[in-house]
Amino acid sequence: MDKTSTRNFEYEITPPQGFVRINFPEIWRYRELLYVFAWRDIKVRYKQTLVGIAWAVFQPLMTMIIFSVFFGRLAKVPSDGTPYPIFVYSGLLLWNYFSTALTSASNCLVENESIVKKVYFPRLILPVATAVTPTIDFFFALLVFFGLAIFYKFPPSALGLVMLPVLLLVSLVAASGLGLALAALNAKYRDVRYILPFFIQILLFVTPVIYPVGLIPERWRFLMFFNPMAGVISFARNTLLGTGAPDWRGLMISAGASLLFLFVGLMYFRRTERFLADVL
Amino acid sequence: MMKPIIEARNVGKKFRIGTQQSYYSLRDTMAGAFSLKKKSAVRGELWALKGLNFSVKSGEAVGIIGRNGAGKSTLLKVISQITPPTTGKITMRGRVASLLEVGTGFHPELTGRENIYLNGAILGMTRREIKRKFAQIVAFSEIEKFLDTPVKRYSSGMYVRLAFAVAAHLEPEVLIVDEVLAVGDAGFQKKCLGKMEEVSAKEGRTVLFVSHNMQAISSLCRRCLLIDRGKIISDAPTDRVINAYNRLLREISTDNRSIIRDRRRRPATGHLYFTEASVEDSRGQKRFSFESGETVRFKISYEIKEDVNGLALAIGLRSGVSREFVTTTRFVLSEKEVPAGTRGTAVVELEKIPLRLGEYPLYFHLGGSAEPKPACYDILDDLLPPLIVTDRSYLGNPTFFKPYSVGYFSLPSKLVSHQIKGRKNAQR
Repeated sequence: MDKTSTRNFEYEITPPQGFVRINFPEIWRYRELLYVFAWRDIKVRYKQTLVGIAWAVFQPLMTMIIFSVFFGRLAKVPSDGTPYPIFVYSGLLLWNYFSTALTSASNCLVENESIVKKVYFPRLILPVATAVTPTIDFFFALLVFFGLAIFYKFPPSALGLVMLPVLLLVSLVAASGLGLALAALNAKYRDVRYILPFFIQILLFVTPVIYPVGLIPERWRFLMFFNPMAGVISFARNTLLGTGAPDWRGLMISAGASLLFLFVGLMYFRRTERFLADVL
Repeated sequence: MMKPIIEARNVGKKFRIGTQQSYYSLRDTMAGAFSLKKKSAVRGELWALKGLNFSVKSGEAVGIIGRNGAGKSTLLKVISQITPPTTGKITMRGRVASLLEVGTGFHPELTGRENIYLNGAILGMTRREIKRKFAQIVAFSEIEKFLDTPVKRYSSGMYVRLAFAVAAHLEPEVLIVDEVLAVGDAGFQKKCLGKMEEVSAKEGRTVLFVSHNMQAISSLCRRCLLIDRGKIISDAPTDRVINAYNRLLREISTDNRSIIRDRRRRPATGHLYFTEASVEDSRGQKRFSFESGETVRFKISYEIKEDVNGLALAIGLRSGVSREFVTTTRFVLSEKEVPAGTRGTAVVELEKIPLRLGEYPLYFHLGGSAEPKPACYDILDDLLPPLIVTDRSYLGNPTFFKPYSVGYFSLPSKLVSHQIKGRKNAQR
């Protein structure tokens, strides 16, 4: 901390009351901690494993193979005329990111309980850092996607590649929005921990990951896009595999929904934030 | 005139009993929502802190003492912004680093090197700052060789040394330290105390220091706050506050039967129980505070619930600093079978205790008499107030923490000879 900014440094500790605003300057001061938490999670994730970071490649690959056998081969789920493996993988790409980010963000306060109870820092940093961390795995999974694209001769469109960061951002916003609310809830009610896996499983089935959006009747499709991942994944698939025209309307609805999640999540998190050490 | 760096006005903190430690489950809340009973009737309230007013000047080192559960740690947590106050306001005019625990955020899988960066960042250091002090931190911790070993393979001593080394190199304007010296070996503790003295005296930083170690408190702090039941009952120079604390302990410690009767927190087997344990002087007066050189008596009563084969009583004095045993003594009360229903009282005397100034937590143990591995039936470990040893010649003298008064015992010693040769290296 530099000396100049500490002069005339003054703040007050008072009982929490009313609407609390987010202290952005403070979060900015603590930005290094955000980076350190993310760095720690990446470092620790594959410690004492034989293949290390290769798990980031194996995991989505295995899921893809299993889904291809059961849903593609046996259940004959339609795949918009593309080979089912690359079809499902294009969905899993962002889905895996979202589900890992959501799970780890929801559990971050409980898992870092000892830190939260002993040190002060803007609590917001923890769920955000844990939601950002799985982007590393996303990039490894993306490499596999390019491999599949070459293997199946499905060159991704330029629009698809350009929009990928935007889609990742929407997923991040959705995951951290939901994650913030669930993390705060989890601090108080550990039930969240046990409900979460089912919740994510259900979410997987209402998101067009293993089946095409076309399966949903046109009339109800806009409703589906209130699930942020539905818009993101169908947009990603349409552009990366060229299975249809990019659905901008769906993406906009989904992006709006994820912003709404973020807003509600932030509000709830802020309200519980200061009591975290008491309820954890 | 400079404004105080910490200014607390009417600070209070209320807990709802039952929510302080345990977390809720959804079921409890739902059950509560549908039950007809009023919640407030079931759950009580507890003011962990109430109406605290104090201010600390920049550069001051203030000790905070009080019994367990008096509210010291809660106060530190409120000042560190970990938990919010329920009433009042604290104005802070400097950056705070709090050390409520040694090694907060240490990750067992990461190496010593990595943990220095992690822990430093969590405690509020910037990367650049850590890099700059990295060599110093490593030197202070004495673990150079194991820098690239995961800390889960460290011994507990190494772990604590590394953790304190990071914390010792923080440069906040206000340093808040809670009882962290209670860990680590004696040599390292001394080093830590020295470092803290350096931080407060030489660097002129403000230090708030909670400890049960009166030696450390009085060597570090000129001023102390005594907290009891959430209130400040004394705010004065250290020696006066320590005296007030000793008086307080004496008052509350005369009746400890309820503590002994509560067996929930003891590893008792159920064969027998302590029914009384008290500390008396040679005239039979109950007290816990003694002067160095006085005679101390322990009066122990027990009741046998199931037949036991042989009975022995062990008494130990722990170090108030490191909690290791300073000394122990053991007496076989019976080598034969003792039938259920027997009650007994034993008095053990420690003659002219050669102990030095300090607090000595007490340990009482009733076990079997068989060697080499006697059974263990009931233990009172630090459940009574500690034995407080004072030394008139040291009290009121803030510089007593000199090399000549370090340690637990005054052993009879004399200078046998002293030879001088030449002028250059006259004294060795």
